[in-house]
Amino acid sequence: MSDLFALFLRAMFVENMPLSFFLGLCTFLALSKRPETAVGLGIAMIGVMGVTVPLNQIIYTALLAPGAWAWAGMPELDLSYLSLLAFIGLIAASVQMIEMLLERFFPAIHAAFGVFLPLLTVQCAILGGSLFMVERRYALDEAFVFGLGSGAGFAIAVIMLSAIRSRLSYADLPAGLRGLGITFMLAGMMSLGFSSFTQMVAP
Amino acid sequence: MAAGRLWSALTRPLIDQNPITLQILGICSALAVTTSLDTAVTMAASLTVVLVLSTVIVSLIRRHIPDSIRLIVQIVIVASLVIVIDQFLQAFFFDISQRLSVFVGLITTNCLVLGRTESFARSNPPLVSAADALGNGLGYSLVLILIGALRELFGTGKLFGAQVLPLVEQGGWFTPLSLMLLAPSAFFLLGGLVWAVRSIWPDQAEAPDTTPPIPEEARR
Repeated sequence: MSDLFALFLRAMFVENMPLSFFLGLCTFLALSKRPETAVGLGIAMIGVMGVTVPLNQIIYTALLAPGAWAWAGMPELDLSYLSLLAFIGLIAASVQMIEMLLERFFPAIHAAFGVFLPLLTVQCAILGGSLFMVERRYALDEAFVFGLGSGAGFAIAVIMLSAIRSRLSYADLPAGLRGLGITFMLAGMMSLGFSSFTQMVAP
Repeated sequence: MAAGRLWSALTRPLIDQNPITLQILGICSALAVTTSLDTAVTMAASLTVVLVLSTVIVSLIRRHIPDSIRLIVQIVIVASLVIVIDQFLQAFFFDISQRLSVFVGLITTNCLVLGRTESFARSNPPLVSAADALGNGLGYSLVLILIGALRELFGTGKLFGAQVLPLVEQGGWFTPLSLMLLAPSAFFLLGGLVWAVRSIWPDQAEAPDTTPPIPEEARR
């Protein structure tokens, strides 16, 4: 239990997706202009990562890992090179599924952040979560916790950045630094701040 | 005229429409692989190859893709090409592919690739698409290699693994800035690069979000 909680904190703070692995930066920078959109994006990220990482873990161990087909008399078969294709397919399918479910049963939530959901198919952080899960050999429960933690870490980072940016929109910046430039600087400073969490969880 | 169009498709993305500093595309993988020059070069080359091939393929079959499933089709094409590149790197450059870890696979979701296939290759013939893709790939490579060189040079005093600046421990004068190898410095360097580019070409600067209110004295 405590191991899983440590993994959650680790995925959320120490190995923060955008700030220490640079994953999902495109949406991180593009959709952090206003806090309202950032909150919607953050919630969508938690949901999608909490679903796709454990599902991909099941697919990987059941179908793609070396030796997964031993029961069918093919212990040599190693399909792990197909994992990229399987993962991206599953992510696209589950994003579509979540969107349809929300549209049918929770139209209010769907209206609030529906526009971001299709974008999440090509989000580096989501695919990255699944690839890290394979590289680090997480079990199913660990994969679930890791997915939730990474999603929450992304949500925290993007909400904080959008809060800073909405304050900064009144600042008188040099022309060349407006927009993208200052956002990179802010992200750099937040990344410095997050590096103080390194000792939070023993590796 | 055709040659002129090809040339402009090739050269505009280098600085005028640079994918990283202006279009904000493909940053996801740009920063993580730039701690040393050789990983940056490998990544830049892989991305350029994937980008050119996938835009050519998408552009060849652009009249046959139904509109409703075009994203899936494009992603599958890109992912297949990325798998080929990944296997190639693992076979011939194993140590570099270990250091790039998941980031080669992440070319699949690189916004730059999908952005170009979606916005350019889908409505243009193959040759122009290839030129556009090559230009974008080179613009991406330019930024990646520049940042990779800066980070490796100031972080360790090396370029391509060869000692350029003599270190203090070995009797030289250079003290490595280990911050350069950590995540924040990549953000600062890229932010500074964007600032520099937009100061030299001021038409790239963004409009201010709000115009400051006129102070009390000026109004009177």
